Amino acid sequence: MKAPVSWIREYVDLPDGVSTEDLTARLTALGLKLEAIEKPADQITGPLVVGRVLTMDPEPQKNGKTINWCTVDVGDANGTGEPQGIVCGAHNFKPGDLIVAVLPGGVLPGNFEISARKTYGHLSAGMICSARELGLGEDHDGIIVLPEGAGEPGDSAFPVLGLDDEVIEFEINPDRAYALSLRGVAREAALAYDAPYRDPAERSVPEPNGAGYPVEIDDPAGCPVFVVRRVTGFDPTAASPDWMVRRITQAGMRPISLAVDVTNYVMLEIGRPIHGYDAAKLQGTIRVRRAHEGERMTTLDGAQRTLSVEDLVVTDDSGIIGLGGVMGGETTEMSATTTDILVEAAHWDATSMFRTGKRHKITSEAGKRNERGVDPVVTQAAADRVVELLTTYGGGTADAGVTVVGTPPRQAPITISYDLPARVTGMEIDAATTVTNLEAVGCVLVKEDSTVTATPPPWRPDLTDPFDLVEEVARIVGYDQVPSVLPREAAGRGLTREQRLRRRIGRTLAGAGCVEVISFPFVGEATFDALGLPADDVRRTTVRLANPLSSEEPSYTTTLLPGLLKAAARNIGRGAPGVALFETGTVAFPVDAGPAPIYGVDWRPSDAELAKLFEALPVQPLHLAVVLAGERERSGWWGEGRAAGWADAIALVRRLGAELGVTVEVAATQLMPWHPGRCAEVRIGEVLLGQAGELHPKVCQELGLPPRSAAVEIDLDQLMRLARDVVPGPEFSTYPVAKEDVALVVEDAVTAAAVEEALREGAGDLLESVRLFDVFTGAQVGEGHKSLAFALRFRAPDRTLTVEETAAARDAAVALAAERTGAVQR
Amino acid sequence: MSGPNTDYDPVEVTPLKAEEVEAARDAALAAIAAAADLAELKQVRIDHTGDRSPLALANREIGALPPQARKEAGQRIGQARGAVNQALGQRQAVLEDEHEERMLVEETVDVTLPTDRVATGARHPLTTGAELIADIFVAMGWEVAEGPVIEAEWLNFDALNLGPDHPARTMQDTFWTEPADNHLVLRTHTSPVQARTMLSRKPPIYVVCPGRVFRTDEYDATHSPVFHQVEGLAIDEGITMANLKGTLDHFAAQMFGEGINTRFRPSYFPFTEPSAEVDLVCFVCRGAGVLDGAPCRTCRGEGWIEWGGCGVVNPRVLAACGVDAERYTGFAFGMGIDRTLMFRHGIEDLRELFEGDVRFTTAFGTEL
Ligand SMILES: [Zn+2]
Repeated sequence: MKAPVSWIREYVDLPDGVSTEDLTARLTALGLKLEAIEKPADQITGPLVVGRVLTMDPEPQKNGKTINWCTVDVGDANGTGEPQGIVCGAHNFKPGDLIVAVLPGGVLPGNFEISARKTYGHLSAGMICSARELGLGEDHDGIIVLPEGAGEPGDSAFPVLGLDDEVIEFEINPDRAYALSLRGVAREAALAYDAPYRDPAERSVPEPNGAGYPVEIDDPAGCPVFVVRRVTGFDPTAASPDWMVRRITQAGMRPISLAVDVTNYVMLEIGRPIHGYDAAKLQGTIRVRRAHEGERMTTLDGAQRTLSVEDLVVTDDSGIIGLGGVMGGETTEMSATTTDILVEAAHWDATSMFRTGKRHKITSEAGKRNERGVDPVVTQAAADRVVELLTTYGGGTADAGVTVVGTPPRQAPITISYDLPARVTGMEIDAATTVTNLEAVGCVLVKEDSTVTATPPPWRPDLTDPFDLVEEVARIVGYDQVPSVLPREAAGRGLTREQRLRRRIGRTLAGAGCVEVISFPFVGEATFDALGLPADDVRRTTVRLANPLSSEEPSYTTTLLPGLLKAAARNIGRGAPGVALFETGTVAFPVDAGPAPIYGVDWRPSDAELAKLFEALPVQPLHLAVVLAGERERSGWWGEGRAAGWADAIALVRRLGAELGVTVEVAATQLMPWHPGRCAEVRIGEVLLGQAGELHPKVCQELGLPPRSAAVEIDLDQLMRLARDVVPGPEFSTYPVAKEDVALVVEDAVTAAAVEEALREGAGDLLESVRLFDVFTGAQVGEGHKSLAFALRFRAPDRTLTVEETAAARDAAVALAAERTGAVQR
Repeated sequence: MSGPNTDYDPVEVTPLKAEEVEAARDAALAAIAAAADLAELKQVRIDHTGDRSPLALANREIGALPPQARKEAGQRIGQARGAVNQALGQRQAVLEDEHEERMLVEETVDVTLPTDRVATGARHPLTTGAELIADIFVAMGWEVAEGPVIEAEWLNFDALNLGPDHPARTMQDTFWTEPADNHLVLRTHTSPVQARTMLSRKPPIYVVCPGRVFRTDEYDATHSPVFHQVEGLAIDEGITMANLKGTLDHFAAQMFGEGINTRFRPSYFPFTEPSAEVDLVCFVCRGAGVLDGAPCRTCRGEGWIEWGGCGVVNPRVLAACGVDAERYTGFAFGMGIDRTLMFRHGIEDLRELFEGDVRFTTAFGTEL
């Protein structure tokens, strides 16, 4: 909402010396938030004058554009009195029009200096201005054409355009629809300074009578009040007065014609949207009803609209003539020849307005007000004001007939105890303050001993609940008066187990040299293609978005790898020799449990109802992914570095397992995007956590990652679920250790884990540890075989082991390995 | 000390003569003193105290002396050997010290050589920032609540007094899942976690809800379709707006430093009534609006920074979530974690948080 300060001051007597800054500060403190103060004059210097176009020669250019070579009478403003030659690219004017010209030496907003310059074969001495070039609005469809009589050629354009006036732009919250009018803004200004206020909607209006245009309302819930007035003999060529044009422009709207400008002006002034019909095109009784499903109409923007039973329509004998409260129809639209105008001021149900606007994707100044709630009482005043302005500036006469159908809805009274504002806000607010402030916002009060019943004023449909009144009382006292008091100390239980575990996991990975990233969870088919996922891969079944930002990435991801691999490639692309990244985040898998129910809001749904709601949600496990690309250890004066590989990926999972007190088991598996021969599935017992290993070479190539980059993705919820909470204190022997190394030759297909398990089991209780320390292949061990060297360490809890005991345990270990895996000791 | 008895012993042999012993001793002492390093000293030790050394040989002769001469000769040789051994020990110590000193000099390295063999890891500031916030509240006895990011429409909107026709619902540019009549959204705020908390437990409730949220915003330096919020909810008997102010002032001071507090401006949120915008004293210019004679860039000269929204929980929300609105009142607040960190750390471009460039993230280490 843009409000010129001079217009605000028309309705409120602000104290002397109140600056615009002070005014906006106080209004912001009341809840009308300052967006910006515009003072166009500050941005413009030099000769900006009224001019009259004398001649206008269109000249087509090679680039396809047509420019107009104009001569403009600028009076004596150019010092010579001769016509000024100016090139202009706009076409929305004709010879004889009054325009605004800036002459050489002038400076426009954006430090745009104007000088005489050669262009399109002419010496263009100045510029004919558009509203946008002057900082008056975004309208750049053409230059400003002033109404006749706005000024004489050579006059300064500053007062004509109101460039010296300051305009305040407010951000109006949805509950303060009344402030979408000067009437409302001025009311708040009066409240801010406790200053006298004149309500522009307070005017004596003619009594309704039966002589007006016939109207019937079939749906009083949707349209409680419908007021009609009529002006005949209107001069359609009459121009809008310059003050009206200026104010409409200042308020951010576009002047169009006197009839339209008047309705917009009154909407800005009083807040009540008005519709004007060309009365000559109306046939028979106006009727308001709900549309039939599938009914069609053309709105005045030329759009064909198919209506729903919820839309409110205005009809006459010819059919639908308007989408009530939202947009008029094409058939009865006012035109450049309209001389009889029917003025409609109707009150509409806000919810219907909202739904219709949303359904037909119509946003308009009228709709914005109607859907938030307009004062239902001011319909007659608004219509009367329109009639006054139309007849004053456009001639014609007001019909004696005044149609008023229906009655405005009443505001429900709200009862609160006097101390409710104090109890809710913690401020010192006594009963007298409560009463004063409620009256200040326009409530009518009935006072009892301990309670007060307030009937809100008709322009405040947002006031429905006791706490709404608390806010009104409190904002006038001032939110700066709210004391700062900590609540009592709560008996919290600290972080949850999962919250602590997540921190621990993050620290562990950071300690292992990994850097956390947070990426967007949006993916598309191409994302999965890049990972080489087969068509039936479960990860391709996604929760899809109805309105994704990019049609390329319409899904919520099922894997963290895409974002992570992209980030790794970005780092490599920016010159990093190697990068280790991790991310923890939720992924989503759709469930087929039907739609999530929508319950009411007046009471709590039952536990069963809530369970149904929760069941409808996608499964959203917390995942962890890691990518290791390029150097894992750097080269340096200490020697060669080391590239990351499959073992680093698996090592990280093992390290996490160790941190969380669980043993992670690995086994070979095959899953894209991993290398089929270098991918491990990681488990804790029977629970599959995920995969770790080297990425498929094709994937590395596709995503711009170094060869042999490695990755991990596991289900963190599962890992955390299985994490050990209380670690028992370990027991260990301090007797001497006995070491035995064994080298075992096995077939290539036999895994180290299988041999190790057999050794461990065969060695018995005396075994303290077993660790594979070398893998050897070559002629000595034979084709298709490998030699695995293990270091066995034996120790007894209560004695020093004898050589014989150790040898016996070693032999038993080797024997079981031989039996289970075919291992032969070298 | 008595001298040798030269008048008496008839069988005195040459090596045992006093002058011979003294000569051998002096030769040994001279050699010890002359030994330049531990290796030379070792040779000296062999030469002058070894089995074939003059003093050792002389010592061996003592047995051949008549008993009356033995004592004196033994004493003489013993003294000489003692002197030699003592000198050896001293020289050994000196040379060892010299050797060690020389070794330490020789082992000197260039300590300015790089040591970045293994890269440094880091956690994301949005993670550690959320933890920092959580810790501030946990220290006050609050708990940290979380919920799913794909959420039921009812919990994201309706339960929070945002009915289907509420104009505020259009203020939130919501991602809907397909098909739209499944009534699922990417949560537009973390408020559904507040609703879940109220639905699942009885007051008193003191929770903060940090988490990832979504709006259909274009991605630029100050907007992102994915961002992070922390919201707080307190439901108890006698909770007031003053408690809200106290909590936010405390939070601000913990997050930005002592003296940084908040101010309220009236606003509108369906979830709360009365509602307020929260501004934070600009911690760069400390509210002055001016820094080094120029308007402060952080707050654009206003002295205040918009931080978030807050208010007294609307009793309608309490009713929808099964809280006795006659007995309990509550307050709620919410602000962007991303935005809070951008202020706190002077991050100019929001996108830096989501690019994953390790140079950005490692600067923050593992705790904020
Ligand atoms: Zn500042």
